Amino acid sequence: MSEAYFRVESGALGPEENFLSLDDILMSHEKLPVRTETPMPRLGAFFLERSGGPETDHAIPQGSKLELPLWLAKGLFDNKRRILSVELPKIYQQGWRTVFSADANVVDLHKLGPHFYGFGSQLLHFDSPENADISQSLLQTFIGRFRRIMDSSQNAYNEDTSALVARLDEMERGLFQTGQKGLNDFQCWEKGQASQITASSLVQNYKKRKLTDMDD
Amino acid sequence: MIYENKIKRNEVKSGGQSDLIPTIKFRHCSLLRNRRCAVAYLYDRLLRIRALRWEYGSVLPNALRFHMSAEEMEWFNRYKKSLATYMRSLGGDEGLDITQDMKPPKSLYIEVRCLKDYGEFEVDDGTSVLLKKNSQHFLPRWKCEQLVRQGILEHVLS
Repeated sequence: MSEAYFRVESGALGPEENFLSLDDILMSHEKLPVRTETPMPRLGAFFLERSGGPETDHAIPQGSKLELPLWLAKGLFDNKRRILSVELPKIYQQGWRTVFSADANVVDLHKLGPHFYGFGSQLLHFDSPENADISQSLLQTFIGRFRRIMDSSQNAYNEDTSALVARLDEMERGLFQTGQKGLNDFQCWEKGQASQITASSLVQNYKKRKLTDMDD
Repeated sequence: MIYENKIKRNEVKSGGQSDLIPTIKFRHCSLLRNRRCAVAYLYDRLLRIRALRWEYGSVLPNALRFHMSAEEMEWFNRYKKSLATYMRSLGGDEGLDITQDMKPPKSLYIEVRCLKDYGEFEVDDGTSVLLKKNSQHFLPRWKCEQLVRQGILEHVLS
C-alpha cells in the first residue's frame, strides 16, 4: 500500500511514447514489415540475404522487403516516403479485424504480439489509409474484452490467476494487476489489517535475493 | 558519437553524396536507441534508490551500498539532504519527520514480535530491551516503526 517506487508509465496509448518508460522500450522493439523505397548503401552487412554484393557497395536494393523494429521504422519514416514505406502487420489488417469484430473475447492477444494495443496505437503514426479502421478496431476489441477482465480481476481473490491472464496482452495485464491490488487492499481493510505496519515489498524482495546470493 | 554522426551527415549533404543519407539516418537511429535504453535503465535505478530512502531510512545496509556506483551514492546523499532540509522546514521549530507514520496510527504503543535477533534496543526512558527471535514486546510506535518496515520486527494485532 505505501509503496515508494513509482515506475515510469507507458505512453504508448497516447500520442507519443514516453522516452524513459521501460514498457515503451520493450514495445517499440517489436518488428514491422517494411519495403525500402531507395537503395540503402552499405547496410547489406546487416541483412546478408538481401545485400547486393560488394559491387554495389553492399547495398540493400530498392524495393526489398525487410522486417524492422518499430523504433527504426519510425526513425527512418517520413511523410514523403523517401526511404521506407510501411506495410501493416497481418493482425491489423482487414482479415483479423473481422475476427475481432465477431468475438473479441476468444482471441489470444498475448500470442499475437504481447503489445497489441500499444503497438497498434503507435502504428497510426505511419499514415496508412486504413488508420480510421485500425483505431476503431482497437477500440472495439478493448471494449469487448474489458468486461471479462474487470470481472475476473475483481473476483479472483487468493487464487492462481495464470489461466485468466494467459490470453491478455501487456496493457490488459497491467489493468488486471491494478484490479487485483485494489481487491487485495480492500480485503486487507475489511480484515482490519489496514493499520498494521508491514515490511515493504522492496525489503522483502531484497531479503529473498540475499538468501540466494548466500547459497551461491 | 552522436555529434560525430551529425557532422558526417552535414558533410554528406553539402558534398552531394545524397544517396548515403539513409545509411546515416539508420546509424543515427541506432545511436539514439542505444542512448535511450541506457538512460532509461539508469533512471529506473535512480527511482529505486529514491524508494530505498523511504523504505530503509538514512543508513543503507552495506550489501546494498556495494551495488551502487559512486555517482548513485552521491545522488542518494544529496537526495537525503534535500529531504532532511524539507522536513526541517515543516511544522514549527523542530520539523516533522514525514517518513514516519506511513499509515494513520491508531495508538501510541504497539505490540511487536521479533523475527530475527537484533540485540539491545534502547527505549526513551532508558530501559533497554533485548530483541531475540520470537520475543514479544510492547513498545512506543515511533521507535519501532523503522524496524517493522525493515522486517526485523513484526506488528502484531491483538
